[in-house]
Amino acid sequence: MTSTVPSRAVDLPSPKLGGLDLVPTTDETQKAKDFSSDQEVRWCPGCGDYAVLASVRSFLPELGLKRENIVFVSGIGCSSRFPYYLDTYGMHSIHGRAPAIATGLAVTRPDLSVWVVTGDGDALSIGGNHLIHALRRNMNITILLFNNRIYGLTKGQYSPTSEVGKVTKSTPMGSLDAPFNPVSLALGAEATFVGRALDSDRKGLTEVLRQAAAHRGASLVEIFQDCPIFNDGSFDVLRKPDQSESRVITVRHGEPITFGNEGRHAVVRKGFGLAVAPTAEVAPEDVVVHDATDLELSFALSRLSDQALEHAVFGVLRQVVRPTYDDLARDQVQRAVDGGGADLLELVQGRDTWTVRDGAVLGAVGREGVSR
Amino acid sequence: MSTDTEVGAELPDHLVAHGEIRQTEVKQTHRVVIRFAGDSGDGMQLTGDRFTSEAAAFGNDLATLPNFPAEIRAPAGTLPGVSSFQLHFADYDILTPGDRPDVLVAMNPAALKSNLPDLPHGGVLIVNTDEFTKRNLGKVGYDSNPLEDDSLAPYQVHQVAMATLTRTALEPTGMSKKDAERAKNMFALGLLSWMYHRGTEGTEAFLREKFAKKPELAEANILAFRTGWNYGETTESFAVTYEVAPAALPGGTYRQITGNLALAYGVVAAGQLSELPVFLGTYPITPASDVLHELSKHKGMGVTTFQAEDEIAGIGAALGASFGGALGVTSTSGPGVALKSETIGLAVALELPLLILDVQRGGPSTGLPTKTEQADLLQAMFGRNGEAPVPIVAPASPSECFDAAIQAARIALTYRTPVFVLSDGSIANGSEPWNVPDVESLPDMSVEFATEANAPDGSGEFWPYLRDDDTLARPWAVPGTPGLEHRIGGLEKADGRGSISYDPDNHDRMVRLRRAKIDGIEVPDITVDDPSGEAEVLVLGWGSTFGPIGAACRRVRAAGLQVAQAHLRNLNPLPDNLGEVLGRYRRVVVPEMNLGQLAMLLRAKYLVDARSYTKVAGLPFGAEELAGVLTDAVKGDLPA
Repeated sequence: MTSTVPSRAVDLPSPKLGGLDLVPTTDETQKAKDFSSDQEVRWCPGCGDYAVLASVRSFLPELGLKRENIVFVSGIGCSSRFPYYLDTYGMHSIHGRAPAIATGLAVTRPDLSVWVVTGDGDALSIGGNHLIHALRRNMNITILLFNNRIYGLTKGQYSPTSEVGKVTKSTPMGSLDAPFNPVSLALGAEATFVGRALDSDRKGLTEVLRQAAAHRGASLVEIFQDCPIFNDGSFDVLRKPDQSESRVITVRHGEPITFGNEGRHAVVRKGFGLAVAPTAEVAPEDVVVHDATDLELSFALSRLSDQALEHAVFGVLRQVVRPTYDDLARDQVQRAVDGGGADLLELVQGRDTWTVRDGAVLGAVGREGVSR
Repeated sequence: MSTDTEVGAELPDHLVAHGEIRQTEVKQTHRVVIRFAGDSGDGMQLTGDRFTSEAAAFGNDLATLPNFPAEIRAPAGTLPGVSSFQLHFADYDILTPGDRPDVLVAMNPAALKSNLPDLPHGGVLIVNTDEFTKRNLGKVGYDSNPLEDDSLAPYQVHQVAMATLTRTALEPTGMSKKDAERAKNMFALGLLSWMYHRGTEGTEAFLREKFAKKPELAEANILAFRTGWNYGETTESFAVTYEVAPAALPGGTYRQITGNLALAYGVVAAGQLSELPVFLGTYPITPASDVLHELSKHKGMGVTTFQAEDEIAGIGAALGASFGGALGVTSTSGPGVALKSETIGLAVALELPLLILDVQRGGPSTGLPTKTEQADLLQAMFGRNGEAPVPIVAPASPSECFDAAIQAARIALTYRTPVFVLSDGSIANGSEPWNVPDVESLPDMSVEFATEANAPDGSGEFWPYLRDDDTLARPWAVPGTPGLEHRIGGLEKADGRGSISYDPDNHDRMVRLRRAKIDGIEVPDITVDDPSGEAEVLVLGWGSTFGPIGAACRRVRAAGLQVAQAHLRNLNPLPDNLGEVLGRYRRVVVPEMNLGQLAMLLRAKYLVDARSYTKVAGLPFGAEELAGVLTDAVKGDLPA
């Protein structure tokens, strides 16, 4: 071991197929504006959604996919207006159901890149069931969960990620609900890809989006996003350099987890979990190396992100290879077809038939065609 | 005595025969109703199904009524645990499973107690005596053993120790007593097969296939079956056997089919005819789950089934598949429809094809999961927020479920709309012979996806809500089509362009356009069956009441009275000529297994004094009961 923090590269198992391998590509050069629809964007001034939209618009050309083979499906909420602003196929559906709708689309259309855009209320409250099931089934979809920890479109009620005690229009004496930690929830559902980014960090967000898109399976990307109207400055401590320095932990697979100025903070093991310690006081081999395939480590990392934002972990917390539901479902259909798809007449007649002619039964055709 | 005839024919001969003749006599009879009744674990449904297959293969017309509890295994020997299967078979075309049995097979005291009230005096009663122990009698509140007192005197009783006989016969197999006795249902089937001159090969082949992986069980069941058969032949307790000749049905190839099976086949056929992949997104629910089970077997015909996490996800996934260019289908029952309502509304707004197969059951709430009812009509018509019209197709019999699924798919694909198929528990589980259609004769349902920009202003844009002049359907532009990228959603859209619009006039126009599109769907005219042409009373039904209403009409006409019958297969939109038909009759009677939902719609739309006759007992109407209602109506005494 050297005096620097050791690097223990862990190879990620490589799937046979990448997330977008069945989606047709184009040789044409694409630009961000090619993905801008003619719809006027109608989020509030200062909304974090603008930054995310800009990142996604500028990221999509990088994929080199035919634009018509990209679909964004959303639910209800401010973030769910997202598809209207992209010149791809899109569906602005109903509250919480986007993962279910995307499931049917992904299973029947392997040639599409299917994205879900949702928010903390849409995905974790009314649509919580669909979210966890899409993750556990490992549908080949990419879910962007905009978390602003408030209900914006209904004007300021607390959300399932709001801090305990939060005073809102519906909780004048403070919220009583223990909030969800979306990354922990996704890991509990055994999601195969979980990442997190901050709306204003275009570089970090783009990096996570890149890996999420390349992942074959369900990718959940939680995006901390500011609602300037009803929850202004909610994530400011992660943006202001003097405060973010000791809070923002960015992880990369195979790299030791240090952060802050000159990596002066390190993540170390503590009991079954993790803790933060000054790097100078930690033996280099005790600095945790991020392994995105280690579920327990990923979960422990998710628990470092608390409601008070003392720490917040960004990057790709987990990525593992597992067959996707849609690939397996198509494989079953294909095998059945290859095995000799049945003939419609054969199917509807079944095996026990009898024939009537001129009012008389002409003997029945029995099972397996044996007359009796 | 039973009055359960449908053509005014004489009663089945054996009802007046008594077991005094020593030699087995063979009697011809036109029709028989047999009811097998036992404990939920006794295999009564299997026994009934098997006898039905034999009757079908023999060429009889038939209709069946399975009736079982929602509990999988209610406590053994109790009244709530009784499961029964009624089969009506005949040498002519019949319409119902029969009001009452001619022959009741009771496997235990509970089955006897709960079914005996339906057996007419003089009817044949075959009882498995082994279960008539003091304990079992006590469970169902018999103070004394009915086999020993004179309470069964009005019936032709055959006391058979079925469990003992089966166990004894199976002794050489080395099976345990308990396992051997489980085959007593096959003993009962053997006995009845002998009584009605049914072949044995079919059942034996069936058992060998069913227990292919456990040949010793197959042989044990076959042995029990033969023991029952031989018991009838060798003992002298059965003096008469009966023959029911094949029915002279219209020419063709026939098979026996249940409504759920026909519904599943209809969906498969719709996929083939439209050349679209079928995607079923669904969640298990009684009595619709068999549609999922069946469709899951037909992946080889391009059917993908997805058992979702809930009802909402089931229909959501189906709608997602439709957006992608598949034929999206969801199957459910009333409680599931309630959960799916919001997504159905979204499908109305998106104007995408979608099939909603609702196999109705007793409600409200969980209601009566295994019993039938047709009380989802208004839910299907109106059960959504806003003005959200949805076409409704309702099959009238098990085999009609096939045509209903195809018609519903054709409407969905042509008009880009969700469509309801309203089946119900009685036709879903009931079976009848089906004249299998010539596949070549089925309609071509190929669809055209949009491929090019369509803006009337020549801008080269694609307008997703520009409608077809004829059908008012919008183009179906599926993802992957270059140049037609567009966004759709639940928010109101601008007429034509399809972008979000909050404009008041536009909303008013779009609401009316969506309604006009559904109102304009072409459905066949309703036909009236009025043999004399002189009827003044019209009985109008929909769905599974077709059989009992038809049987009731036969009775009324056999009594010399005139009644006209018409049946609705399309409930939204209603046939164009319905108003005119209703206007032809002085009186209109509408029997429904709800509290008058169709009658309410008719009164509202046509200002006609339609009179409801309603029953929500979880069972189909009896023909006798409806005949009484119609007779009263003809004589001027209308239902309130």
